[in-house]
Amino acid sequence: MIKGMRVVWICSEALYEDQVGVWEWHQQYIGKVNHAVFQTQGSGRKRVIVATEENAIASLNLRTGEVYWRRVLGDNDSINALELVTGKYVVSLSKEGSSIRAWHLPDGALVWESLLQPSLGAAASLIVLPVDINHDRANDLLVFSGSLLFAVSSVDGNIIWKSNLESVRKDLVIKKLSLASEGTLTGVGFSETSGLVTVDIDMRFGEIRKVSPVDVSKALDTSELMLINDVAVALDSSLTTVVTALIKTDGDVKIVETSLADLFSGDVRNSQILQTNLEGAFALRVNDNVLVVKVDSATGQLSVLEVMEGRIVLSDSLQVVDDKHGVAIVQAAEDKGSSGKFSLRVVYADSWDTFAVKESVTLDSHRGLIKKVFLNAYLRTDRTYGFRVLVVGEDHSLSLLQQGEIVWTREDGLASIIDTWTSELPLERDRHAVAEVEHDLADWLRGHWLKLKATLLLASPEELAAVQALRLQSSDKNKMFRDHNGFRKLIIVLTKAGKVLALHTGDGRIVWSLLVPGLRSRSNLANTPVRLMPWQVPHRHALDENPIALLVGRSEDGHASTGILSWVDVYRGTELRSLKLNFPIKLVIPLPITDTSEEQLHLFIDNVHKAHVFPATEESLALFLKHKSNVFFYVVDKEKGKIVGYSVKHMIDNFSRRESDGHVFHTEAVWSVVFPSDTEVISTVVPRDPNEAVHTQSKVLGSRDVLYKYLNKNTIFVATVTPKAAHHIGDATPEEAGLVAYLIDTVTGRVLHRVIHPSMQGPVHAVFNENWVLYHYFNLKTYRHEMSVIEIYDQNRVGDKGVVQLMLGRHNATSPVTSYSLPSVEVKSQSYFFTFSVKAMTVTSTARGITGKHILVGTVGDQVLALDKRFFDPRRTLNPSQEEREEGIMPLTDAIPIFPQSYLTHVHQVEGLRGVLTVPASLESTSLVFAYGFDLFYTRTAPSRIYDSLTEDFSYSLLLITIVVLVIAIFVTWILSERKELSEKWK
Amino acid sequence: MAMARRLRQILLLALFCLLSSFASANTVTPPKTLSSYSVEGRVKVEGMAAKQPVSKIANIKVVLNGGQEVTFIRPDGHFSFKGVTAGTHLLEVVALGYYFSPVRVDVSARLLGQVRAVAVETRRTLSDALVLEPLREELYYERREPFSVVGLLKSPMGLMVGFMLVAVFLLPKLMESIDPEEIKRVQEEMRNQPTPSFSNMLQGRS
Repeated sequence: MIKGMRVVWICSEALYEDQVGVWEWHQQYIGKVNHAVFQTQGSGRKRVIVATEENAIASLNLRTGEVYWRRVLGDNDSINALELVTGKYVVSLSKEGSSIRAWHLPDGALVWESLLQPSLGAAASLIVLPVDINHDRANDLLVFSGSLLFAVSSVDGNIIWKSNLESVRKDLVIKKLSLASEGTLTGVGFSETSGLVTVDIDMRFGEIRKVSPVDVSKALDTSELMLINDVAVALDSSLTTVVTALIKTDGDVKIVETSLADLFSGDVRNSQILQTNLEGAFALRVNDNVLVVKVDSATGQLSVLEVMEGRIVLSDSLQVVDDKHGVAIVQAAEDKGSSGKFSLRVVYADSWDTFAVKESVTLDSHRGLIKKVFLNAYLRTDRTYGFRVLVVGEDHSLSLLQQGEIVWTREDGLASIIDTWTSELPLERDRHAVAEVEHDLADWLRGHWLKLKATLLLASPEELAAVQALRLQSSDKNKMFRDHNGFRKLIIVLTKAGKVLALHTGDGRIVWSLLVPGLRSRSNLANTPVRLMPWQVPHRHALDENPIALLVGRSEDGHASTGILSWVDVYRGTELRSLKLNFPIKLVIPLPITDTSEEQLHLFIDNVHKAHVFPATEESLALFLKHKSNVFFYVVDKEKGKIVGYSVKHMIDNFSRRESDGHVFHTEAVWSVVFPSDTEVISTVVPRDPNEAVHTQSKVLGSRDVLYKYLNKNTIFVATVTPKAAHHIGDATPEEAGLVAYLIDTVTGRVLHRVIHPSMQGPVHAVFNENWVLYHYFNLKTYRHEMSVIEIYDQNRVGDKGVVQLMLGRHNATSPVTSYSLPSVEVKSQSYFFTFSVKAMTVTSTARGITGKHILVGTVGDQVLALDKRFFDPRRTLNPSQEEREEGIMPLTDAIPIFPQSYLTHVHQVEGLRGVLTVPASLESTSLVFAYGFDLFYTRTAPSRIYDSLTEDFSYSLLLITIVVLVIAIFVTWILSERKELSEKWK
Repeated sequence: MAMARRLRQILLLALFCLLSSFASANTVTPPKTLSSYSVEGRVKVEGMAAKQPVSKIANIKVVLNGGQEVTFIRPDGHFSFKGVTAGTHLLEVVALGYYFSPVRVDVSARLLGQVRAVAVETRRTLSDALVLEPLREELYYERREPFSVVGLLKSPMGLMVGFMLVAVFLLPKLMESIDPEEIKRVQEEMRNQPTPSFSNMLQGRS
């Protein structure tokens, strides 16, 4: 019996292999590229290996931009450097310069890894030496930063030698290294006491041969130093003089000082040496200009090669042939890049004025400015050199340019989604023409005929392929208007770069994208996007008004931080307006009130707990005043370990009535819950989703008794853990760890329920839905993960038992729930073991909440697992009674079973999974699921199987044939029967 | 020019290296701080290599303490975590298509970083080497049953058709196989009380 039921559950999720891609899609991204090395020599596949800000290393096909392989490192493993070694490996230096790994180029397999200790810091550099130190026929690597140097074998990652300059001088910071003659490395750096210092190090053994301070009359700025052909270049501390030091082979140093005024006409307000490696020259930013300055390695004299104005991006110089070094320069067109026009030049660094390439490129305007350029050269058929450049846009996209054309573009900003929302598509305005319907009908019939043949195994391979193609491109899933079942929607996402994109749920294509002008950083203003929220969702005017999304950002100009708002039209993909607020935003609360134009009222809480009401219209003010006494909010202060509830008081009249303030109200702290800081820190706070649909307030048991769910929307779940157990497993012993779960009413601050789990530890992931909370944590005693469920039932109604009372009694589904009545709740709970660590957790949501629920768990393996809520029923017992079995309660097991068929992501991984969004479709049985991380994955799921619609592979023709056969059979039997009767009557 | 100079340097250096190759290489291992050990092990990939492409195997990760550290396995399945503190830790293997039990790893400070490992799902202590083996392969797709007559007949429509066929063809045969005398007796009974015939029912006559 039970086994049979389980089979049913598996089936409710399972997917057949030929259904892959029918309604789900998967996209791969890598993030914002900040290191790139090209591998274009040889006859093999041309590729570029990139490392990103999001800690991914990927090998891309240089012709198409497609990912050959990708490795995503851990969260704390940010990549500092990337180099190619011997054309076989790519070596990455990560985790503050402490972890060095070599990856096999063709398949990305890890060849070796090594730990450098102590760690070198984020400024660590990686150099591939042109020599072999330990005779293994491969050039070796050098890693250095500050006062530490490591020589690492490129064959097995062993440390050949380690040298610590601290033993010689305490305050030494090596900035640059060069290979001098006779196996000696010359390092140039700064020391606090004596300014510039040169160090000679033996390359074979790492011995420090000599540390020689250099006498410089001026104090130096120690942030940047460049080393160009044994000439060190730095700025003095007043940033007005360039100091060049010629380091000669005999250890002698000659100092030349050049005033910036000689290089640049006009006053120097600020200046900075750029970290761009140019052959025989260096780049300097003065005010808003970029100066390329040539260094004479014999005399140390400086001469300006070019002064460039505006937004300039330079690539490192690339050795094309022996004495020619190319440099790519990208300059935004006059209008500061708003049109996406750029001029691209490749010049030879040795003779600056010869252009190898000069062309103008146009990127899509939603890519913003170009932030980084990587240059690569190739040999044309006529033995001349051509160049291709890889550019990283302001929106974190990656494009390859060649001969003034964009070869490919990757929308890699999608790897860093920070907030999501879904919007309905526009209503269908004009009906289909008749001809189109007829065409559709013929297609439809043909499709079904083929499907029938496939089911009966009569189809030829070509026909099978045609069936598969029909399934995959079922034409109506990609249309640009609403469908009856609500499967077609727009997924609106906000990325870290401040870009908003709309994805179609049908095939995941980008409908529009917008680099939000209001959120773009300006020279003195760093803007960061924070949230994406619905602002206006038209229902009454759905035909002639578009939905509007509100973007909330933070703007920092050095000392103060304020909020910024921007409104984006969801169908057109344009910014309607933006507003810079006068206050910082601490909290945004969408209120369940809309004005006559269907704009939703929002409450913004600032740092001094004043409430600002938006939109700042008279109408919204009147509406808000009407509901003011019912508005409560709470602020969670994780650092101080307290939660404070506020109510909104009177309006501040004398406030300047500017739009950027909204309507300002005083607030008052009503309650607070303070957790003892030495034993509890807040780990997780989860409120109920305000938009969730609840079908019924009661639960009828097998014994025909009724349990009433406690459905107060103002309830939050709070989990606290002991300070030691807050971060990672392994930090605390079972005795030191503990977890406390609370259910708190946010209007009154009353703690409805509190449960202590000793020896448990965080991180805690939780979902709060209807009247139950499910939370995931780690049990240090058994060393397994656990999931606990709490179900809350209202005891105030315990008198109204039975189904008849439920229907006739005073408590029907519409009676309001109030926080003020003294609640008496009954809590049922149960804990189960769960195999995996969890990255994200959510629950399916359906249009009316009738369908059963599945808990969607983002596992440590970056898969999304759907678990039936019935597994987490706290009423499971070892031997369920007959009544309980009738209800569908399973016998108690200690662990939650994991069926591979219930992975929604099946053979895909959503690498770096960070969030799962569930949206109800109009069809009650179905919930849409969007999981994001590095990858995006969309699918739809039916937790209780599709009971309100025929499945896609339902065979209409089989049904028709059966009906026809039945009708024929009826007639045949009728005739036979008539005949028999007649013959009997003749007897 | 610069290149040529550098080349000469390299040649000189190579010569120098050759001459002094008898001098032992001064390999320096990082001094182990008291609380830092390495956990080394192997994921059993032998069975997988045949079924999975190399790039899939190369993407197998080992996760320490639910995400504190992440490392990849080498093609032979070996992995290592360096700089692990003494204490109890949790290892999880992330391999698409395989189900691994998380492993509890005790790094002993007293026994200089000796590692003891227990698979928490099966509560089985792993033998002296930390070799992680998948508990099972995972098939993410429901297997589509090949077309079968039984399957078709089991569907509601098939059952309906089947019942009709039985009623039409088998019931009359059944009648024949009954003893003729018995039939006569029944027919007589039927004559006495006319039973509603199939055609009567259809025409609404009783």
